[in-house]
Parts: sequence; C-alpha cells; structure tokens
Amino acid sequence: MADNLAPHWRLREQRYQLVGNVCLKCGAKHFPPRQVCAECRGTEFEPFQFSGKGELYSFTTLRQAPAGFEEFAPYAVGMIKLDEGPMVEAMLTDVDADELEIGMRMEMVTRKIRADGERGLLIYGYKFRPIGD
Amino acid sequence: MRDVSIIGVGQTPVREHWDKSLRQLAVEALLMALQDAHVEEVDAIYVGNMLSGELTGQEHLGALIADQLGMSGVAALKVEAACGAGGSAVHAGYLGIASGQYRRVAVVGVEKMTDLWNGSVTAGLAMAADGEYEAQNGISFVGLNAMVMRRYMYEYDLVEEDFAPFALNAHANAAHNPNAMFRKPVTLEQFTKAKKVADPISLFDSSPICDGAAALILSRSENLNGNAARAVTVAASTLATDSLALHDRKDPLWLRAVELSSIKAYAQAGVTPQDIDLFELHDAFSIVAPMSLEAAGFARRGTGTYLARDGEISIHGKLPISTMGGLKARGHPIGASGVYQVVEAVQQLRGEAGKNQVPNARFAMTQSLGGVAATAVTHILRGKN
Repeated sequence: MADNLAPHWRLREQRYQLVGNVCLKCGAKHFPPRQVCAECRGTEFEPFQFSGKGELYSFTTLRQAPAGFEEFAPYAVGMIKLDEGPMVEAMLTDVDADELEIGMRMEMVTRKIRADGERGLLIYGYKFRPIGD
Repeated sequence: MRDVSIIGVGQTPVREHWDKSLRQLAVEALLMALQDAHVEEVDAIYVGNMLSGELTGQEHLGALIADQLGMSGVAALKVEAACGAGGSAVHAGYLGIASGQYRRVAVVGVEKMTDLWNGSVTAGLAMAADGEYEAQNGISFVGLNAMVMRRYMYEYDLVEEDFAPFALNAHANAAHNPNAMFRKPVTLEQFTKAKKVADPISLFDSSPICDGAAALILSRSENLNGNAARAVTVAASTLATDSLALHDRKDPLWLRAVELSSIKAYAQAGVTPQDIDLFELHDAFSIVAPMSLEAAGFARRGTGTYLARDGEISIHGKLPISTMGGLKARGHPIGASGVYQVVEAVQQLRGEAGKNQVPNARFAMTQSLGGVAATAVTHILRGKN
C-alpha cells in the first residue's frame, strides 16, 4: 500500500463513480476499465459509468483481516454481478451477515474504505448494500 | 528438445522454523538434493518463492542462494507466480535443460512466512490476487476462496461436510510423513466443530502458515551420472494462466488454467487422466481440490467431492491425492509447495513413500497453482515401473 496520493488519485473515477469502459470495436463493457479488450483485444474505448445495481453472486465474512483492515474485522465482502454484465468485488455494508443471500439485489454506495499509511490518508471507495424495500 | 530427468531430491521438514532463516532453509534443501543426486556442480539454480521481499526484506534470491551454496558464478534466478512459484521454478528448470542450454540444474522452492505477524502475511498473500480491485477493497485471499466455495455449494447442492474427506485424507497421510507440519489424523467431529475463518471456510479447510524448502536436481536424461536406478523422467511440464481477478473470470466455478495446463500435459506425456496413478493437487483450501479434479478431467463438473466421498482419493483408491499430506497437512510454505509436490511424487515413483506408498505407481501428476488458479503449472512424471 502506498502513502503517496497518486495511486489512489488514479483510481478515483472507478472508486467514486464506478466508471469502467466500453470497447469501441466489439461493444464489450468492462469494469475495471481495460487497456486491451478481454474479448477482442481492441485498444479503443469510451468511458462507461455503471449504474451500481446488481445481484449478489456470493459473499463471506472475514474474521482475519489483512493488515490495514484489522479495525473493521469481522466484515462481510461479496461478489456482485452488475446489471450491465461485469462482476465487481467489494465490502458489503448496511446489512447483517445473517441477512445475506445469494441473489439479493444490491446497490453501490460510496464509503470510507480505510486510512492508509503513517499519514492516515483517507481512502474512499465503493461498497454495496442491499437495495431497500 | 532434450529429455529431462530428476536425479535428486531434498526437503526440510515443514514447520515454524523460528531458528532458521530463508537462506538457511534453501541451502539445507539444496545440499540434501545434491547429495541425493551424487553431484557437486550445477549449471543453473532456479529459486521458487513468492514473498521473500515482503516478509523477510530480501529479493534477488537467485544470486543470494547461489552464493550461499558456494556456487557464485552459475546462472541463478528467482521465479515468482504467487503460490505457483514452486511449480513455475520446476518448469523453468525443465526448460533450461530441454532447451539444451544447461546440462544439469538445481530447483529450490523456499518460503519463510513466520518472521512477521499474521496481518502482514495475510496482506502479502493478497498480492496473489488483484491488488487494485481485490486486495485494496479489504478482500483477503481466503475471502476469495470462501466466495467461490459458497457459490459452488449453492450451485451443486453441497454442505460443508462434503469437503471433510479432503482434510481427513490429507491428515491421515501426513501422519506417516515426518516432514509434514501436522502429523496427527483428524476426525470428522473435529472438522465439523472447526472455527470459521471466512464462512464457509473453516480452519480445517485451510493450509497453515509455515516455513520450508524443497529442492530437485534435474539433468539431461542422457547424462544421469550413475543415478539411472532412481531417476524419474519428466514426461510433461506445462503452464497456463487465467484472468487474475476472480471478478474477471468468465466462469468463476471453472478453473480454466487447470484445464488448459492439464490438457497440454496429457498431450506432452502421451497419456490420459486414466493413466495417472496419483495426483498431488494444490489443496491450499479444500474447495480447490474438487474443482481441480474436475478441470483436470478426473471428475465431471460439480462432482469433484464425490471422489472423496467414495474413498477414491485415499492411497488405495482410484486416484490418490495429497499422498504425503498435501498443502493441507504437509503444509503450504507458499513458494515452496510446488517443489514439495514434485519431491513427493518422485518418492512415490521410486517406491520410497513408506506407509503412504501408492502401489505400482508409474505416472504421477503434480499441479501448482498461483492465486485462485490464475496460474497452473502441471508436471507429469514417469517412473521405472
């Protein structure tokens, strides 16, 4: 993990707005955005902002956190299949672990992920929560 | 392309080696292998390792270990492919000889995991996954395997106990392997009562944090240096990759790199899955075992756990796996495991596996995986039988 702002700044559109890209050659949508299309190896793209809505493909609750995330343990993480196709992985929030079910409708929210490095650089990003009734 | 044989093996026990450093472990295993092969010189040394920099502050292992072995001057290189580093180092060593460039090489897999606390080790292991989109979202490597396991159980209507035979088999075999980390059998009751690490994965589904080094001496098959009686032929050495991040998999429940690498290996060795007498697969977590069996062609999709349920994975079953304990019970010193697998396969083919001997073993398959099988390295070894 870097103390430096640059690697976090580079990912800001992905983290705050779920911006991926769409291949101009074959139309495949990607999140994260790619330099080379995974489907056709095309190299021309346009940005594409995902809606943030999707379905919970799988999940787990982590009891042993990696360094930097200890204060949040235990916490739930999941794989969400976005409505537009790509899969995204994220922490799950605003939900109890025992409420989680494969197939739940989920939506993206922006949350603090953690504080990084000695200077405590605050890192924000996407998490997912169940879409309320 | 030259034919390649393994003429010597060596391994340290897998333990928490508080009293030994990374370089000491590597040299120890290499000296054993050189002695086993009755040779004193090699043309090149390949070092398989994942986290020496992160966990011990040391990179540049090729030059370091050549030097520590008293062989400064020879070609030497660190090979990294996350948890598949060991298998990848064997593959690199194989290519060094098959190409005709080297006559004899040493391969050592080494990992020192116990010099830092668990949080740092967990963070290090997450580097096998996508750093920007998986690790930085707080998703650990066990978390990825847990999500795959949960979905696999959901799609194929399974429960946690269906995975127990993999752990039970591994520990039963490790009880007869003095080099194994865990040398006591495990009961079904212990398995079902085990604490969850990341549900549905429990402590008994997971391989341990540990230290160890295993080494091989490879040589041209035409120059066995008097080792013909115990030499084992490398019939296949193949490597394939899959998308690194789990979220980029076309099919998160199919290990495509395992499939590709296995198919290439069967073709290179001129065999089919039916010819394989034992399979040292990459059981870092129990979920990887049935998925590997499926993608490698030993079981139909979704039925990998049935082989275990039916007892076919034990020493006397149709397809013995983890014959010396596997990653689960012999242990998983990350970058070393792929070399331990080959050492154990050689022991089996030489008829030197003691109580764990697979009868009439002729073809042994080993498979070392990096990340959630984003790298798969397959070796098929042929014994004299």
